[in-house]
Amino acid sequence: MAGGEPRPTETGSTPVDHRYDASLSVNLQDLRDFFLTYQSVIGFAGINGLLALSVYATLSCGQLSLANAGFMAIGAYASALLTVHASLPFAVVLLAGTVAPALLAVPLGLPVLRLRGVFLAIATIGFGEVVRLGFVNWEYTNGALGLVGIPQRAGLGSILAALAVTLFLFLRLRGTRTGCALEAIREDEAAARTMGIDSTAHKLAMLTLGAAVAGLAGALEAHFTFMVSPGGYTFGRAVDMLVFAVVGGTAHPLGPLVGAAFLTALPEILRAAGSSIGIPPGPLRLFLNGAILLAVILFLPEGIASLWRRYGRRRVREGHAA
Amino acid sequence: MTQQVVNGVFLGSIYALFALGYTLVFGVLDMLNLAHQAVFMLCAFVALSLVAGLHLHILLAFPVAVVVAGLLGLLIERIAFRPLRRRANSNISGLISSLALATLFESIALGVWGPEVSRFPFGTIPSRQLRIGGAVVQELQLVIICVSILMMVALTVLLRKTPLGRQIRAVAESGLSARVLGVHVDRVVAASFFISSALGGAAGVLFGLAFNSISPDVGRSVELKGLAVIIVGGMGSMPGAVAAGFALGLLEVFTVARFGSSYRDAVSFAALFLVLIARPRGIFGKAQGRVA
Amino acid sequence: MLLELERVSRSFGGVHAVDRCSFAVRQGDIHGLIGPNGAGKTTLLNLVSGLIQPTGGSIVLAGRRIDRLPPHRIAALGVARTYQNIRLFPDLSAISNVIAGEHLRRRDTVLESLLLLPSARREQETARERARALLARVGLLERAEERAANLSYGEQRRVEIARALAADPAVLLLDEPTAGMNPAEVSAVGRLIAEVASQGHTVLLVEHNVKLVMSICRTITVLDFGEVIAEGPPAAIATSPAVIAAYLGAKP
Repeated sequence: MAGGEPRPTETGSTPVDHRYDASLSVNLQDLRDFFLTYQSVIGFAGINGLLALSVYATLSCGQLSLANAGFMAIGAYASALLTVHASLPFAVVLLAGTVAPALLAVPLGLPVLRLRGVFLAIATIGFGEVVRLGFVNWEYTNGALGLVGIPQRAGLGSILAALAVTLFLFLRLRGTRTGCALEAIREDEAAARTMGIDSTAHKLAMLTLGAAVAGLAGALEAHFTFMVSPGGYTFGRAVDMLVFAVVGGTAHPLGPLVGAAFLTALPEILRAAGSSIGIPPGPLRLFLNGAILLAVILFLPEGIASLWRRYGRRRVREGHAA
Repeated sequence: MTQQVVNGVFLGSIYALFALGYTLVFGVLDMLNLAHQAVFMLCAFVALSLVAGLHLHILLAFPVAVVVAGLLGLLIERIAFRPLRRRANSNISGLISSLALATLFESIALGVWGPEVSRFPFGTIPSRQLRIGGAVVQELQLVIICVSILMMVALTVLLRKTPLGRQIRAVAESGLSARVLGVHVDRVVAASFFISSALGGAAGVLFGLAFNSISPDVGRSVELKGLAVIIVGGMGSMPGAVAAGFALGLLEVFTVARFGSSYRDAVSFAALFLVLIARPRGIFGKAQGRVA
Repeated sequence: MLLELERVSRSFGGVHAVDRCSFAVRQGDIHGLIGPNGAGKTTLLNLVSGLIQPTGGSIVLAGRRIDRLPPHRIAALGVARTYQNIRLFPDLSAISNVIAGEHLRRRDTVLESLLLLPSARREQETARERARALLARVGLLERAEERAANLSYGEQRRVEIARALAADPAVLLLDEPTAGMNPAEVSAVGRLIAEVASQGHTVLLVEHNVKLVMSICRTITVLDFGEVIAEGPPAAIATSPAVIAAYLGAKP
């Protein structure tokens, strides 16, 4: 942060004090410092944004999938193993991390998606657990200890680029034949089917897309935090992602990003607050997760993003009236 | 061999009791209560605290804890399910709201009792052993089996012979018709949640006694078993929950004996998936699995 | 004959909702399906549209058996419907509901949209224009952006008809489209149905408004307790003793 008296430069003249210069509202040095300090938070916000979008994929057609921590784990491990053992280019490794879970989504979804939504929820809870336990028991990946020392190949650039591409994908989906079909399925699946929409195929496509995005996020995270371990892909993680998406709002792809950004920043604030209140941060964070999710689903089911829409619409109406 | 059968029946009785809770609510409300496993876990802790903290005898702590579990069930119904009943896409909203409550309950358990494993104080659990037909059976195991079966019988009597039971079955059949016939659907649903959570809580206490290892994530590990049981038995079917519960318990014990304990959870998952692929309605379920 | 039902049966538990029904709908007809409450009319529509499967008999559309097909395949063969309890998409606008109904007619792909091709925008615009035209046809163009749940009962029924027409179906199944409407609205819907039929669509109309059915239907099938008890032109039905008995409950 800029602070203290302006210091004379080497040529002997005193530089202009920009602190009070209103036209230069942001000092470049400030920006760079801010960035370095918060680099990891921004990175995690980006990864969480991807995870939120992966859950949004299935929520957008009215399905609840709790498998995405499992898909994330598969992407993370697959890419990490390729990096550590095969020294492939980063893009290839990321691709593998994206494709591997997508391939598994198909046999998971096929038997279940023709049934009622609750069956998918149950099957995905099971899938997530089995994947986690699989990695815990797999000696090749050091079981519960996981892999460490993964070279940091992912930075803010790759994370934000991946996020931008994924967001673009979801934004372009809206208004297309498929996008309209997904909305219809979400509102009333049986009625949608009588309009010619193959709901099972659409749901499977979104489950697979969600798996791919979750896998991509896992691969990026593995190469951002140097390690993968089964403990990072618990059911709690799957609930986290769901909270991001629901809190942000699932009517628009930006909603999950808003939720992810907000809820990624929150623990930073909490860590300070928790230690001053005396409540250990772990349970507090979990409690807030549950409380926020409950509050949103009961009182603001369309998420935070809908507040903006509601406010925006009222302003438009007032504008027309005036 | 007899040893394994006893172990299987013992484990299965707990699974069956737990699964009955899921299936009762599903039968009445057509919804899955994802907070059920958290009640299982909390009730075990409550029993533990009553015994360790208030020095109650386990025979007294058990019913008290079960009642507490029932009250938690009322809370869950009131907070997570009733407000959503009028909504259009209430099927996943109910899943999400009960999931949120489960997370809340887990955080409370973590905050109050900590993440480490807690155990009952020494002397709570009877440690006598008996010999039955070549097998060494713990007295505890027999007690648990008896308590479980007793509760299942009590549930059956409640549903068959009492007015409340008839009303529950009426609402399970068709909520709309029941309302027309004058049944207070809200009250019946609340009662169902009370009973369901009481069963789940009882299973939790029994589980805690059986393995003497209670931690906030114990509900998570049993949840998958319970879900597998209701899928295999048929969602909404009580005989299905009981039969599949015992079957899964036996299957798990035999699999572990043959292949090792790391395959313990694989059994339930495999059973779950096989049924979903081959016969989604389960053994005893009605054919209402498909979407349209 | 465009749509033929041959001894179609459907039971629920022990109840025979539909019992060996046989009738045929001629192409281009407005075919009425009437009967007292609980006669099985809605069940028949559910069977034809594929939401449930018959426990006996067969349903044939343009020579092709459809009774074992999933609903979306039946729809693709040219069947669209409305619902007795109105099943609009509540949170979507009226026009979004109609656009959703165009699914079978649209050709735009996700790839076009991803590649930012102009054809994507053009297709979406065309879909929107078609939807506006349909809403205008049912007299609801100015309510296009309104959330479906906020529309009045009569308005919702009309949007549902527009949505069903959006697929340009060969057969239109209407389940009590005028329920809850005032006489002016009923005649408007009646005119719309007649217009739709004159444009080549075939209509199977389930209705309680017997006057409407008598005035616009060419053939009427009467159901009671899941069985066909009479079939013929309006004049014959009006004087049929079996029909009168069914509605009044008296023995013939």
